[in-house]
Amino acid sequence: MSDKAEKSPLAVFREHCAKGELAYQVTKDGEAIYYPRIVAPVTGGKLDWKVSKGLGTVYATTTVYPRKGDPYDVSLIDIDEGFRMMSRVEKIEPMKVKIGMRVKVRMIPATEKEPVYPVFDPVEGA
Amino acid sequence: MAKLRGNAAIVGTAESDLGLVAPDMTPFDLMAQGTMRALDNCGLELSDVDGYFCATSQSRMAAMAMCEYLGIQPKYFDSTQIGGSSFMAHVAHVQAAIAAGVCEVAVVAYGSTQRTVSRAAASQRDPLPHEDPYRPMMPPSAYAMAASRHMHQYGTTREQLAAVAVAARDWAKLNPVAFRREDLTIEEVLNAPMISYPFTVRDCCLVTDGGGAIVLTTPERAKDLKQKPAYVLGTGEYISHATITCMPDMTVSGAAHSGPIAYKAAGIGVKDIDVFELYDAFTINTLLFLEDLGVVKKGEGGAFVASGAISPGGKTPVNTNGGGLSYCHPGMYGLFLLIEAARQIQGVCGDRQQKNVDIALAHGNGGVLSSQCTVILGSGDTL
Repeated sequence: MSDKAEKSPLAVFREHCAKGELAYQVTKDGEAIYYPRIVAPVTGGKLDWKVSKGLGTVYATTTVYPRKGDPYDVSLIDIDEGFRMMSRVEKIEPMKVKIGMRVKVRMIPATEKEPVYPVFDPVEGA
Repeated sequence: MAKLRGNAAIVGTAESDLGLVAPDMTPFDLMAQGTMRALDNCGLELSDVDGYFCATSQSRMAAMAMCEYLGIQPKYFDSTQIGGSSFMAHVAHVQAAIAAGVCEVAVVAYGSTQRTVSRAAASQRDPLPHEDPYRPMMPPSAYAMAASRHMHQYGTTREQLAAVAVAARDWAKLNPVAFRREDLTIEEVLNAPMISYPFTVRDCCLVTDGGGAIVLTTPERAKDLKQKPAYVLGTGEYISHATITCMPDMTVSGAAHSGPIAYKAAGIGVKDIDVFELYDAFTINTLLFLEDLGVVKKGEGGAFVASGAISPGGKTPVNTNGGGLSYCHPGMYGLFLLIEAARQIQGVCGDRQQKNVDIALAHGNGGVLSSQCTVILGSGDTL
């Protein structure tokens, strides 16, 4: 059987990002999968795409101190639909990002140097 | 199934040049130097070697390169590359190869010139399109996030993490070839330049050149050699993830699996172990591995290390050579844990030698807490 993939999982993910959508995949049993893949882990089964509401909670966090430039956040975010992703929490000082903080997705548009990618902002009043 | 317990023994150990090696030295030069020194250490010749195992981040096909370099055609070769725990995996594979009758004298070697050529040049990273945009400083940021969870869930403090670095330094003072031997205090660790919170540069392993080798053979051949054999009693290998995003629980490493597998193979429990050599790429590692290998309960690692328990004179000797934090860390440090564990059993560790070491544990870590491999070594009395 030959069914050539027309688009890579990464390309589909980025197409969603370009529309402002945080996409993820689900197995036939409804388990959320991230990063996007060709087949489901464990079973090797089929994966379907879904779009997240874009809300999540900081699971783990660090502030990176580069040799040049300002410190910045790197966090792992547990998205409400049940998957975890690496991202950056913005619009807050990096050292003030805390585990348990509620955050909402925002897309950084593509530039000549870098494709579109998702970051997160604190949810106001959460 | 073949009986593996004690079917192989580490009979020779050697470090290559360490620290900052001569200009233009290659990882292969260091592996060759380590190989010959380790063979000399036990009284075997290069022509005796019929199994060659090696890995380095600076070569995609390390075993091939070393077979050419040394002019050998071993019956068994293996360059399994799972980061810093590769060498524990190699020891497990040596056991299997000896049990299968494929080889009798195996060398496990490592070499790195990362201080000379820079860490970035020595360890090219796989492209990760779902992590790269966020510029994590890898590997420190991955371990820092694991530390953030441990601090959040168990109240572990930066001072407790710093106690790991200070304990390692106090051991390094007893090791003449350790890279950093000057005094180090908790305050100095906390006030050092921040790398990736909560880690300062003193929570992070050294960046050195270095390499070495160990020689393993059968118990029969081990009897006639120059060193006391350190028998391989048991091994355990476990891969839980590759990227930090996919680590199932950041406060529990795969050592919670590899340790029990190794204990079962060795027929021992954690209480039987006299010295622990635990891969301390970052201060959080030592806490995680003490917990996951069953020395203390989950969440109690911070208080344990702060009590002085793992320092020289403490009740649980850990990283008796000074560790990756103060002795040497050329990028994939696992081989040095095996060297120290074997030497503690041989009783050749000078000022840092522990009394009556019959069982030593060497635990390797690779990637971003990704691969965890445990090797338990024992004296002849444990067979």
